[in-house]
Amino acid sequence: MARTEPFSETFAAVAGRLPGAGTAWIDGLRTDALERYETLGLPTPRTEAWKYTNLRRLARAGFVAGEQENVPDVSSIPSDVTDLQDAYVAAFVNGRFSAALSSLDNLPAGVVIGSLADKLAEDPASLKERLGQLGDASALPMASLNTAFMADGLYLRLADGVVLDRPLHLVSIGRADAEPLSFHPRHLIEAGANSVATLVESHVGSGSYFSNGVSEIAVGEGAVFNHYKFQNEGPEAFHLAANLVRLHDRSVYDGFVLQTGARLARNEIRTELGARVECRLNGAYLARGEQHIDNTTFIDHAAPNSSSREVYKGVLDETARGVFQGKILVRKDSQKTDGHQLNKTLLLSAGTEIDTKPELEIYADDVKCSHGATTGELEEEPLFYLRARGIDRETARGMLVAAFIGEALDEIQAEGPREAFQAVVNGWLDRRNEGQGTQS
Amino acid sequence: MSLLEIRDLHATVDGKAILNGVNLVIEPGQVHAIMGPNGSGKSTLSYVLAGRDGYEVTSGEVLFDGVDLLSLDADERARSGLFLAFQYPVEIPGVATTTFLKAAVNAVRGHRGEDALDAMQFLKFVREKASALNVTDDMLRRALNVGFSGGEKKRNEVLQMAVLEPRLAVLDETDSGLDIDALKIVADGVNQLRSADRGMLVITHYQRLLDYIVPDQVHILAGGKIIQSGDKSLALELEEKGYASFAGAEAA
Repeated sequence: MARTEPFSETFAAVAGRLPGAGTAWIDGLRTDALERYETLGLPTPRTEAWKYTNLRRLARAGFVAGEQENVPDVSSIPSDVTDLQDAYVAAFVNGRFSAALSSLDNLPAGVVIGSLADKLAEDPASLKERLGQLGDASALPMASLNTAFMADGLYLRLADGVVLDRPLHLVSIGRADAEPLSFHPRHLIEAGANSVATLVESHVGSGSYFSNGVSEIAVGEGAVFNHYKFQNEGPEAFHLAANLVRLHDRSVYDGFVLQTGARLARNEIRTELGARVECRLNGAYLARGEQHIDNTTFIDHAAPNSSSREVYKGVLDETARGVFQGKILVRKDSQKTDGHQLNKTLLLSAGTEIDTKPELEIYADDVKCSHGATTGELEEEPLFYLRARGIDRETARGMLVAAFIGEALDEIQAEGPREAFQAVVNGWLDRRNEGQGTQS
Repeated sequence: MSLLEIRDLHATVDGKAILNGVNLVIEPGQVHAIMGPNGSGKSTLSYVLAGRDGYEVTSGEVLFDGVDLLSLDADERARSGLFLAFQYPVEIPGVATTTFLKAAVNAVRGHRGEDALDAMQFLKFVREKASALNVTDDMLRRALNVGFSGGEKKRNEVLQMAVLEPRLAVLDETDSGLDIDALKIVADGVNQLRSADRGMLVITHYQRLLDYIVPDQVHILAGGKIIQSGDKSLALELEEKGYASFAGAEAA
């Protein structure tokens, strides 16, 4: 081992208690991953991929690995999750599945939803060749750290042709009372050919905790997978997530990431597209105070005739920082690729900062690819127009900011989650206006 | 009491003097027209009255219903009953026209001590006014002015005026970019809003609009000052002789 990096020193103490311990291939997966993490090291701004998101504070916080025996009691789902009227619920507290908070009755035939820890403990053989298979994890130190320490997460499997009749709501609750806690949720999601499902994630919590998640998502041929994530972690939390998504031929993936929470958050999505795939990665970020929110995406057009669409819009206030890194790779044989990327950020005060980095790497000659990025303040002209009709300044600003973010939210194909996310955005703006009201 | 009294108004934009002592009195029920060549200060006057940032009044005063207009913010002026029909209505993506109209109507009603209209009441109220102006339900649903034609934008301005029921309407080159049919619809809409207690200030470059909105008084603005006033025949004389023949117009 090259050197000791934050978190790695505790591995020896916990390894024997992690689910699947004693199964040779799982032990091997973990030790290989730990070695990779230690070789790469905790990312610093010297690493190109982490140039704009500095984990220094994370390294200094002294997070202790959360363990099964000290998972706190949580009596109900907090109210600040996505407001979904009718959904299956898979709940996790500090990364561990909570049967008590979940509601998974009457699932349609062909749908398995449960705890990855159970699967690792009871039937590890079935996961071989399926877990740790997606994405080039060798380049991802934090995902490697997850693989070493992964203890639990969502296990979702949809048989071919199955339609999940209601959305599945993955609720992650972080709760650190005394010492700062870390956990490494690992979600394994496999949607069979021609299946249809909607997954909504909500991440909430309180106290000082660090959630370092990895989701492996395989969407089968002709399947439709809607995936909407609401990152609303507590104000002291660190949230890192890597989503490794493989989209098989003719599949449709509608993704949206709404980030409003955490002290520091980075959501990374890495998608590999088969042929005739429709991939939509959209998102919105709203940050204030000293928040730092990073959205990093990589779309790998690995086969011809696929389309990708990306619209990320953000609003930064006070001294918040935002990062958008969007890379689109079109490989040599991926002719007729249609790629579109847009990142727009609204800066509401002088202390904010956005770093936006579009990156197009195109090796095929018959493609249509575009990207654009804008950053700026609210324009004076529309503001004056609204005020000239009697609408006060703060209401007018709120209307314009809501309209700005609304254009991103409109990308969400499923109506229920779209309305729920719209309500989140409206609530964020209302709190902003109230805050201004009390200051004046 | 006069509805509007402008006394020796001087204003600058980016440090440049544009208005150089404007005097004007409008009584309730009157329609005044201001005509002037490009750069004479017509639009500046309308923006100064509406309270746009960047238009700095250096001296003079404006009384609106006896109140010091210049001490009010733009939105307060609007709630007090001042309305500016924009020469170039602004496109605002993501804000539906009805949502905007409802926010505006209820802001003004709140100022007058009236209850806010609920969604149903508002829709009924706005539809009645909209149909007279040929503003369709589709236009009301669409984002504010986005993709509207020139005529649609101007009809939408007049609709806003109709639902906000102002005390004083300032129409800034409402005729620009309109063909004759669109002009008639807009002018009809404006004429229906003429009333004994409402004043109007019609700003235009051309006499044509005044064939349809017949003014009580006409003023010629040049070099940031009103250089001549008269009745509606002044507009015809101006049309015939051109701005250059009027004293002081060469300053523009």
